[in-house]
Amino acid sequence: MNWLTLLMALPLLGSVVVAGLPKGNEKLVKQVALASTLIVMGATIAMAVSFQRDNVELQFVEKYSWIPSFGINYALGVDGLALVLILMSTILAPVVVLAGWNESHGGRWSVKVFYILILVLETMMIGVFAATDVFLFYVIFEAMLIPVYFLIGGYGTGERSAAAVKFLIYSLFGGLLMLASIIALYVMSGAQGGHTFDLAALSQLQMSSMTQNLLFLGFFIAFAIKAPLWPLHTWLPDAADSATPGTSVLLLGVLDKVGTFGMIRYCLTLFPEASKTFTPMILVLALISIIYGAILAIGQRDLKRLIAFTSISHFGFITLGIFAMTSQGYSGAALYMFNHGFSTAALFLVGGWMISRRGSSTISDFGGLQRITPVMAWMFFLAGMSSLALPGMSSFVSEFLVLVGTFTRYPVHAIIATFGIVLAALYILIPVQKALHGPTTPGNENLSDLNLREKIAIAPVIAIIVVLGFYPAPLLNVINPAATHVIAQLGFSDPVPTSGGK
Amino acid sequence: MTFNAPVLNYTLLSPILILLGGALLGVLVEAFVSKAMRAVTQLSLTVGTLVLSLAQVWRIHNEQSMSAAMGSVIIDGPGVLLQASILIISIISVFLIADTDHFTALAAALPGSEEERHSLESGNQVTEVYPLTLFAISGMMLFPIASDLITLFVALEMLSLPLYLMAGLSRRRRLASQEAALKYFLLGAFSSAFFLFGMAYLYGYSASVTYAGIRESIVGGSGNDVLLLIGMAFLTIGLLFKVGAVPFHAWSPDVYQGAPTPITGFMAAATKVAAFGAMLRIYYTVFANAQWSWSPLLSLIAIVTMLFGSLVAISQRDVKRMLAYSSIAHAGFLLAGVIALNKAGLEASIFYLFAYGVATVGAFAVVTLVRDSSGEVTDLNRWKGLGKRSPWVAISFAGFLLAFAGIPLTSGFIGKFSIFSAAYESGAKGLVIAGVLSSAIAAFFYIRVIVLMFFTDPSQDGTSVQLPSILTRATLIISMAVTVVLGVYPAPLLNLISHFSTFIR
Repeated sequence: MNWLTLLMALPLLGSVVVAGLPKGNEKLVKQVALASTLIVMGATIAMAVSFQRDNVELQFVEKYSWIPSFGINYALGVDGLALVLILMSTILAPVVVLAGWNESHGGRWSVKVFYILILVLETMMIGVFAATDVFLFYVIFEAMLIPVYFLIGGYGTGERSAAAVKFLIYSLFGGLLMLASIIALYVMSGAQGGHTFDLAALSQLQMSSMTQNLLFLGFFIAFAIKAPLWPLHTWLPDAADSATPGTSVLLLGVLDKVGTFGMIRYCLTLFPEASKTFTPMILVLALISIIYGAILAIGQRDLKRLIAFTSISHFGFITLGIFAMTSQGYSGAALYMFNHGFSTAALFLVGGWMISRRGSSTISDFGGLQRITPVMAWMFFLAGMSSLALPGMSSFVSEFLVLVGTFTRYPVHAIIATFGIVLAALYILIPVQKALHGPTTPGNENLSDLNLREKIAIAPVIAIIVVLGFYPAPLLNVINPAATHVIAQLGFSDPVPTSGGK
Repeated sequence: MTFNAPVLNYTLLSPILILLGGALLGVLVEAFVSKAMRAVTQLSLTVGTLVLSLAQVWRIHNEQSMSAAMGSVIIDGPGVLLQASILIISIISVFLIADTDHFTALAAALPGSEEERHSLESGNQVTEVYPLTLFAISGMMLFPIASDLITLFVALEMLSLPLYLMAGLSRRRRLASQEAALKYFLLGAFSSAFFLFGMAYLYGYSASVTYAGIRESIVGGSGNDVLLLIGMAFLTIGLLFKVGAVPFHAWSPDVYQGAPTPITGFMAAATKVAAFGAMLRIYYTVFANAQWSWSPLLSLIAIVTMLFGSLVAISQRDVKRMLAYSSIAHAGFLLAGVIALNKAGLEASIFYLFAYGVATVGAFAVVTLVRDSSGEVTDLNRWKGLGKRSPWVAISFAGFLLAFAGIPLTSGFIGKFSIFSAAYESGAKGLVIAGVLSSAIAAFFYIRVIVLMFFTDPSQDGTSVQLPSILTRATLIISMAVTVVLGVYPAPLLNLISHFSTFIR
């Protein structure tokens, strides 16, 4: 059974149905969109159940010739990492639809267009993680920008069109650098036994270390813009500030993961030597991201920008875990990607509700929400605790694994990164204190608490955060074999922990 | 002295002969058919001629011949493909030309004169644009299959002269249109002179005007290389002028802006196919062995053309000028296909020419629709909020722009990818990097237009989108469909091209 194609086809089908619905019936549009995303989620879970977790090979493989003259295939397949990310994307999609039930109303276009864009985007989110043909990956990687561009520019707030353009230009620039690298790979494959874009075949190419370094940079810069890594992050706060909360969840939670996913799937696999060459530099950038994102988050007065900067810090951790080149670091990074999706979703969604109720996104406008809207306040508090990686929350496990994995090879880096955790406590606890606790400030007296729809939307997110915090084994069992496999392929073995005393 | 009657293979030449016949009939129609029936007769005659010619091209698509016209014309796979592309692009362009509102009622009347006013009021619209178009197309059809320099020059003039006239036919802003025509004519004549000069030197070098003869001399290497270099340089200048490459591009923004929009679309798309078709044949067959003499300089020109076109387009405020600079940038990309000098480069160029030509006609079709009471509105600031007023027109224009920008799932991406990979394969890495860079720059101004259309609130200045006529609608739908289908599933066309794209020599 072609599971992955089915997964990609379902949201697309949903968008066609939505497009065909009669005008004016917005409720029906939303219901159909929600139903489509729920069906996709169900199908993904059904697929995930039949995933063989000890098998490190790609699974659910499909391959059809697409453009034979260039050796391009429509080739799909998932390993543990891709499966986890697809699972995350398809769980977040219905949450976003349900949580942002009314966020399409302030847009330039109709509600219908909003959900068509969301559903098309979901198809591409699945495809980008499932593609095993580099050309197919690139096509989806670039084409994804278009729906997001219209989602930010059409339905956002404030300087939405400027933010949308900034996002698009940054991403296109990175994408074109990657295209140059892809062309080079394609031409080299032609000289070494036939044109192909197959990831596995391309990873066998022989190339000089100079070439490898240059091509690595082409890919890495594209992914570092996407992820985003300091100093290529400047588009993110603007985009997150302008986009609707739901769009931000998809943007930071899923799309930015394509960056870190790409580093693992493409940079490490295609250019193992260059990855090692650039590791010291990348680790430094990751550390700067961790600290810089955290410090700027502390300084933000705007709730949405604050969440955006916390994400920059978190992406620093993920990058650190990836390039520590240990299986713990890798597992931690993979788990971190999953968890970050949910903790950011919780922050953005609850934050979005607070903002739309209060009519302002400035943190100092809030105060004493704990008394007026206890459920909303608790949800924000939990989301915040997950973001600062409190033990018992899922993100603690991943952050811990990243730090352990880093420490065994790069102790100094790990110690510096630990400061990020301290700063995280600050950037979360300050807004929690200002907005939730203390006396109720004027303007907040009449805010309403979460309604049933919002509670239903946020419940699975919080549940996942807490359950995986106590029992991360289901995910780690899927990720770990892949992690060990990748690290071994790169020619690394995990350093043996020494018992000290030397 | 005996005189040998020329032996012509009429079947192989029939696509061009049909066009010439149709054009001559068009002249007669202009003279004899009544005013009321003229426009519709001309239109059906022109479209009929083009379709017949296309059918004839299909009939000869498997033929290969060096001797169709005494060695002056080569019929081979690439020639047939280019001819078919020119015809398809011409058909959808003629649909736009059918909207007589763009054309002056009486081109011979002075702008603003009593005579002009009278012919407009009496509805006495002349339709000489149709036979002119057919003459131009027949020249374009001959250009890429010519196999000696004399025929090449005749074809060049055949396609150019009607275009000079057509550029001056605009109904509104006639002075600008006539200025454009004159500019195009003077600079075109100038470049023809360069072209002839180059021909003379090549003759001096090889004592032959046929492609085969010149190639033999180059392969033999016994001639005077100075003559060859001068000849190649001047011939190239003539060709680069036609495709609008820097530094021979100066005419194109003014002509694009001044000419009636349907003509601009036709010219931008079909002339490029013809001119690059001829260029590909000359460089791939005649000059191939002198690659090291022309390749570095041509690469430099390609790089400068890409970057210049993209950079200057950013500052344009007029949509037709913007498209003109974008077409300059695309000429640079296409030059990369010429420089590649391998089979992949030839295939990529043919694909790119077709895809780009169709999208260009589509983009200009949209331009013809945006109007106010005094005609077309080409000021980009007045395109604000177009997406709100007429979403479908705006969406299709956005689609064409995304194709120009080379965004995946459009034909432009496949074209760009194939041409860059061919250039990379031939070792022209600098070209690829410049191409990627200028694509990034170009994306910026294409996106700016999308922002204007979709993310800016409309201003109340009487700009409106005319309801497209059936023919314009057909052009829009066909070009959009081609752009998307070639982006999503280009395999059939690529296979076809790869099957046919070998020059015989």
